[in-house]
Amino acid sequence: MLLNEFLLLGAALFAIGVYGVLSRRNGVMVLMSIELILNAVNINLVAFGALHHTVVGQVFALFIITIAAAEVGVGLAIVLMLYRNRASIDLDQVDAMRG
Amino acid sequence: MTIGATMVAQHVAFGIIAAVVIAGALRVVTTNNVVHAALWLVAVLTGVGASFLLLGAEFVGVTQLLIYVGAIVVLFLFGIMLTRAPIGREVNLTGNSWPVGLVVAIPIAGVLTYTLIDAFGADHIGDNTRQFTAQVSDTLFQNYLIPFEVVSVLLLAALIGAIVLARKE
Repeated sequence: MLLNEFLLLGAALFAIGVYGVLSRRNGVMVLMSIELILNAVNINLVAFGALHHTVVGQVFALFIITIAAAEVGVGLAIVLMLYRNRASIDLDQVDAMRG
Repeated sequence: MTIGATMVAQHVAFGIIAAVVIAGALRVVTTNNVVHAALWLVAVLTGVGASFLLLGAEFVGVTQLLIYVGAIVVLFLFGIMLTRAPIGREVNLTGNSWPVGLVVAIPIAGVLTYTLIDAFGADHIGDNTRQFTAQVSDTLFQNYLIPFEVVSVLLLAALIGAIVLARKE
């Protein structure tokens, strides 16, 4: 298999995730787009690990999966707090820091 | 199976996986229904797990299914439920800033594609890249034992933090 097949899949997934983060208004949808980005990184790590015949890529992919779980937990808790305080998770309305 | 037939099978499998992942990811960022987005996310995550299996990374592939599809998507569905998003269509899920997203995402895709083809255009992954779970666990618990423990403490801290944040006063 070509290495680039997997790397290009990862690149496409990353770009789609970036588009989602920037264009979505719903806080939960932004978190989902971040998951897409993290998965793109994991594809790259595992593909390079296979290229170099080492399991280190997989080990780091496992670390990233763990970090992603922690990130979703805290992220959803923050979105929940946002909903409780403002009765909306529309990120366009979170402009308390705007001068 | 001969080597040639295996290669063709790998390419066909990868084509199917890539189509599912890309189509699912596009639906995740464009659909107007929050619950549908979570379900399309399942397709994307399963496809990524299948590509891990195709790369011979059996443990990461199975972990992907267990953690992402099994746990994280359920967490997302709980988040959707607790923030009481409408179950049906929602008009304003994509904000007015979507052209900004396109302006950023398309150059990223273009630059990454050009760079990857330029740098790794000729690199082949061997046909047999299978790496056994025992090798992964050996590396994890020998060379990366301290990062592993640190990550477990981080996960604990994050989960306690999530509980503290989400708890009613």
